[in-house]
Amino acid sequence: MTSNVPTFKPRLTGKEVAEKIFRNQLFFPIAALFLLVIFNLITDPGFFKVTLEPNSAGNLVLSGNLITMIDYASELVILAIGMTLVTSASGGQDISVGATIAIAGSTVLRIVKTQSPNISNGKFAGMIIASFLLCVLVSALFGAFNGALVAFFKIQPMVATLILFTAGRSIAAWINNNDNISINDKRFSYFGNFIPGIAVPTPVFITILCLIVIAIVLKVTNLRLYSQAVGINASSSRLNGINPKMIKLLTFVILGVCVAVCGFIKVSRTSSITYSVIANNIEMDAILAVALGGNNLGGGKFNLTSSVIGAYVIQFLTTTLYKFKEIDSSSISAYKAAVVILLIIISSPFVRKFFEDRKNRREAAKAEALAGKESA
Amino acid sequence: MSVNSNALERRLKKRASLTDTNLLLIITIIVFIVMYLCAVVFLKKGFTKPQMFFNILNENASLLVLSCGMTLVMITGGIDISVGQVTCLVCMACAVHLQKVNDGVINGSVFTSLLIAIAIGLAFGIVQGFLVAYMEFQPFIVTLAGLFFAKGMTTIVCSDRVPVTYEPFVKLARTEVTIPFLGSVNKKGIYIPAYVEIGVIVAIVVVILLFCLLKWTKLGRNFYAVGGNNQSANMLGINVKLTKFLAHVLCGLCAGIGGYLFFLHACSGSPLHAQGAEMNAIASSIIGGTLLSGGVGNIVGTLFGVLSLSTIKNIVTSLGLEDAWWTNITVGVMLCIFLLVQSVILARKNKNKK
Repeated sequence: MTSNVPTFKPRLTGKEVAEKIFRNQLFFPIAALFLLVIFNLITDPGFFKVTLEPNSAGNLVLSGNLITMIDYASELVILAIGMTLVTSASGGQDISVGATIAIAGSTVLRIVKTQSPNISNGKFAGMIIASFLLCVLVSALFGAFNGALVAFFKIQPMVATLILFTAGRSIAAWINNNDNISINDKRFSYFGNFIPGIAVPTPVFITILCLIVIAIVLKVTNLRLYSQAVGINASSSRLNGINPKMIKLLTFVILGVCVAVCGFIKVSRTSSITYSVIANNIEMDAILAVALGGNNLGGGKFNLTSSVIGAYVIQFLTTTLYKFKEIDSSSISAYKAAVVILLIIISSPFVRKFFEDRKNRREAAKAEALAGKESA
Repeated sequence: MSVNSNALERRLKKRASLTDTNLLLIITIIVFIVMYLCAVVFLKKGFTKPQMFFNILNENASLLVLSCGMTLVMITGGIDISVGQVTCLVCMACAVHLQKVNDGVINGSVFTSLLIAIAIGLAFGIVQGFLVAYMEFQPFIVTLAGLFFAKGMTTIVCSDRVPVTYEPFVKLARTEVTIPFLGSVNKKGIYIPAYVEIGVIVAIVVVILLFCLLKWTKLGRNFYAVGGNNQSANMLGINVKLTKFLAHVLCGLCAGIGGYLFFLHACSGSPLHAQGAEMNAIASSIIGGTLLSGGVGNIVGTLFGVLSLSTIKNIVTSLGLEDAWWTNITVGVMLCIFLLVQSVILARKNKNKK
């Protein structure tokens, strides 16, 4: 994820530097973020004010639009990591993540609800770890199911995950017999809100942890190279000694683990679960984050940083739209669609090619005119 | 020796033709018939009455039209996930329009509401088709944005449930077309003929038209060519972009008509209408033997796909598994099985080719 900005090459002219920045994959998501920031600053200068205020539990916590945005983007960012890998290796997207989040959350609550709220801290920690591990296992298994359909049966990822998309929320309801569970233990909500004494919301720390883990994995292992190779050409990567099926399966399992983390945060936020509503439409947001990051949705090369920034842009957009009082919360998606279409059109390879062609033509015309002058 | 090899070749050819798309279609039809017969024999509850079958049609007329449009797009290798929300938007717009007509605010009739429905569908089809075919965006992303847009627009038009009380429309919606020679005798011994709603007849007309389009017109064959192989279709002189564009426009039109049929059946507009209809439409097409990779598909298959999907839902509810989750889980399992069968068949087909 090195930046391509060539500050150390003094020979480049300003125009060339601008072009290099423009060509960089990170440019568009960052530009979109920048535009949103400016827009918000103009409409409301106090938009980014961060204050230290006591919350309902009496703890001093950071509050403000910026904190809310970063806090609520956590799930999307974690999902975007897994979704980028899946997109890269299989050339398709997983549309079942929302439903699998419901399953993961339901699994966690199934374990936690059996405990009385008065158990000691040590026992509580043990139970949380057990429930987390189980939920990771369950969603990794569902990820493996999707992955097996994609890798071994060669079904398109979108169609293969359509199965869980249809059935997932029902399975989640089935795990808990469709009960409305709410956990009274305050300690359980620490993971989705604030730990007493710490002013930053916990999901932010979890996100940072996930980002560090994936950065280390990509640095130490060949996962990045292999998944890109499989995504670009599966049969030639097989000839080069990579097992494309296992790589595809692996990316889906990694996405499953990401989903488990998201599910855990989601249920911890509210200490309860509504099977049909939890993480509704998050799969769309996650895919948009990947697309907005400039990654090719047809597989191949990927840039995780720009996906992550894309996820923040999406969440920023949602937060910005929510700020307008006259916009009904349910009609927000229409405005979001308009903005997203615009962003995708701008960042699409087609438009870039169009501008490049125009530039080339202009340069050619210039050269021709120059040649004409010289001959004259 | 040569005779032997000829015979072998012929046998292989025969097998290849069988493992083609026809097999997928045959499997779907057989599954539907077996499922329905099992329901008739083992469940009895209502399944023995012909009206049960026609009720399935009544309830799913709009889904049938949506699925046909979806099949067209899927044959060209694309996908349209906005149809469900377009249906919802059409219902809402028509409901609000007819209520205003009823209150005397604006002039209009049932016909103008139909025009609105078709205009909305066509508008979505044209914009999405343009973006997919000429701007070369991924169909999934474009129609995803279309889904979001339609969802938002629905609540902008009106965020509450709007029941329709406009007299001529209600009359039209309640019109029942009786089926000759079919019917059942109720407990009091009175003969009740089986009936279908107007929507079913429209849906069947759409199915027949699209079947003819795909089977016998140049445009229909172009859909298959483009879906099968983009580049070779281009080399054959087919206008690939125009074909893809037209597929999306037709799908949009189907979404408009399907939306109106849903409106006819529901007689109201609500932001919660037709939730998940796009996934049901995709599932029906897949069960009907349409491949998402494009180039393969059949409207008759889609018809049976819709019937199978709705029959299994009815069976699950009449088995006493009232909890909503069982329906979804069975549909998921069914989809899984059909996908696996498709994948195995395709793998065999590829092997035969080699």
